[in-house]
Amino acid sequence: MNSGRLLAIALGVATIALVTIGTLWPAPSAAAYAGAASMLASSSTAEAAVRNLGDEIRAKAWEKAYDSLANKAQFTEPEFVHDLTGYYPSLLTYSTLDKFEVRPLHASDSEAEMQLTLHWATVVGSSTSTRELHVVKNGDIWAAEWPIVKEPTVPPQVIPVNYLRWDVIYRGPGDDWGAQDVEAPHVRIVDMNTVERADGVVILGELLNEDVVPAYVSVAATLLSKNQSTIATEGSFDKISHLLLPKQVTPFSIKFPNVSLSDVGSVRMTPLSALIAASADPVIEIGDEQLHPAPDASLTGQLINQSGQIVNVAHVLGTFYDKSGKVVWVADQYVDQALLPQNPVPFQIRIPEDLAKNVATQRTVVATYSSGGSL
Amino acid sequence: MKSRSPFLLSGLAAAAMHLAFAQGASMSLPKIVEAGSAFSIQSAGSGKAALYIVGPAQVLKRDVQLGESTYFPAGSLYNAGHYLAVLAGDSSTENGSFDVVPATKPANLSFLAKPSRLPVGLHDGITGTVYVFDTYHNLIAVPTAVSFELSNPSGTVQKRTGVTHEGAAWIAMDSTVQQGNDRFVARVGEVFSTRVIGQVPGDPCGLKMNARQSGTLVQLVTDPVRDCSGNAVPDGTIVTFTETYNGAQSTIDEPLKHGIAEVEVSSHNGAKFSIASGVVMGNQIRWEK
Repeated sequence: MNSGRLLAIALGVATIALVTIGTLWPAPSAAAYAGAASMLASSSTAEAAVRNLGDEIRAKAWEKAYDSLANKAQFTEPEFVHDLTGYYPSLLTYSTLDKFEVRPLHASDSEAEMQLTLHWATVVGSSTSTRELHVVKNGDIWAAEWPIVKEPTVPPQVIPVNYLRWDVIYRGPGDDWGAQDVEAPHVRIVDMNTVERADGVVILGELLNEDVVPAYVSVAATLLSKNQSTIATEGSFDKISHLLLPKQVTPFSIKFPNVSLSDVGSVRMTPLSALIAASADPVIEIGDEQLHPAPDASLTGQLINQSGQIVNVAHVLGTFYDKSGKVVWVADQYVDQALLPQNPVPFQIRIPEDLAKNVATQRTVVATYSSGGSL
Repeated sequence: MKSRSPFLLSGLAAAAMHLAFAQGASMSLPKIVEAGSAFSIQSAGSGKAALYIVGPAQVLKRDVQLGESTYFPAGSLYNAGHYLAVLAGDSSTENGSFDVVPATKPANLSFLAKPSRLPVGLHDGITGTVYVFDTYHNLIAVPTAVSFELSNPSGTVQKRTGVTHEGAAWIAMDSTVQQGNDRFVARVGEVFSTRVIGQVPGDPCGLKMNARQSGTLVQLVTDPVRDCSGNAVPDGTIVTFTETYNGAQSTIDEPLKHGIAEVEVSSHNGAKFSIASGVVMGNQIRWEK
């Protein structure tokens, strides 16, 4: 009983001591998140100034971040915030800065060039953006100049929209059991390939809506062993464009982690389709698509919204073919900013270095999500 | 009612077997009764008794005078199946069985036509299955002649005939070469059932575009897009325009509007334009200013 009481007293004293120490001498990161000084106490170097700025952005201490900038006279604080989080609802609007990296590019006694890479945590995974900052020395303190990207302006205009829209009426509950219902869209897998990667097996392919109505589609695959027992079943999840208009083609990618291709005897594919109310609007032009070889193999391009409605989230899917036209890889990227009418937005889809040498051609599609907002 | 019938049936049967051997009473039953038709049951002996008739979905009870005929008017028994009749008197019990068969005259058809939408010119693409029922929805199992007729708006008619087997008949027919809503009719005597089959255009055929200068841009316009049977491909169908120039590529998925698709793209001397819809490729144009 006595030893237990002693232990309780000791734990209580230790807790009080630790709380006191933590309050008087807090860890830099805790202080930064609590709204006190940034993790780096002073901007005595160019790198420290950019790191301080990164910390403040991560803590969403917009006022402090804005006040620390050398060129704040060129824009307002709301413009600075919108430059980081988006002028219109987009992926970045609902994201937080997970981490950042600072890389010196060039430095002298009075100025420096720094690269700030921001890794945002979004609802669809990580999104990375890079800014190159000019940092200047003012007395003993360094301050970054923020490369503001001002709100894009769309000239006043009328954009006529007369695209089709499809609505669906299903059979009623009182209909005779032999009465017809509206037929599900007919879809077909027109291309397929299986690729083994270090972390598992990936099934790639393309799905065609060969019907005259829009389809909501997904693809499931089941790996069967050589004795026809089931190894695993997976779906395409978001590695597909779920809405297919008539005669539209989407790539798909289905990943089977921790599976070896040598264990697979056959694959059972199950394309799924359902009628869906849809609109042919918006039309997105994919411009200036370019394949870049390794190192940093990628497909770059830009999206141009040809409609009058804001596209809040754009999902770009690239299909990569070898010289014989066989699908060798499917990759995707979510664009983290909203697409305004006629306003080009760049995208970049990474291609694995080892596969890039096999890529001869590509085909890109874009799926869009709009919340109904307008300018 | 249905769920209680087997218990009642087995109970009555057990009682009947126990007493039948003791008393040796008699009852005259018809072997077959057509569903919905009138019939009568003749009993022998004297005194009063209760007559039970127990079937798949019906149970009847009548108080009868032994030695007389018990009359059941039309519509008394209407569910086809095997029925048990039990005559329970004060001192004896008699049982027997008979069948209620579907009426011979068809009154209802259940017609399953698949699919409700398909491309034109598809061999055996349309299937129809018909089930023939009498007026009480009993499946008529005796072979019955059925005719199928598929007619499109232009007046073309395909006719087939068949005979039901165990109550069902089925057929496969070709979709026609002209788009439109076809009427698919199954007929047995005066009874018929109609379904609508939407025949839609197939893949685009001979997809072709033209290019012309439009200010600083190039306007690409398709010819009216049709399938190989000449049907206009419906609006909303996606046509993909691709421009390749100097190693870069631009693509636009454009839906057909009023039968054609048109886009405006940047004008580059030496650019190559191509067009496709689904898995169908169209022509290519090399642009020279």
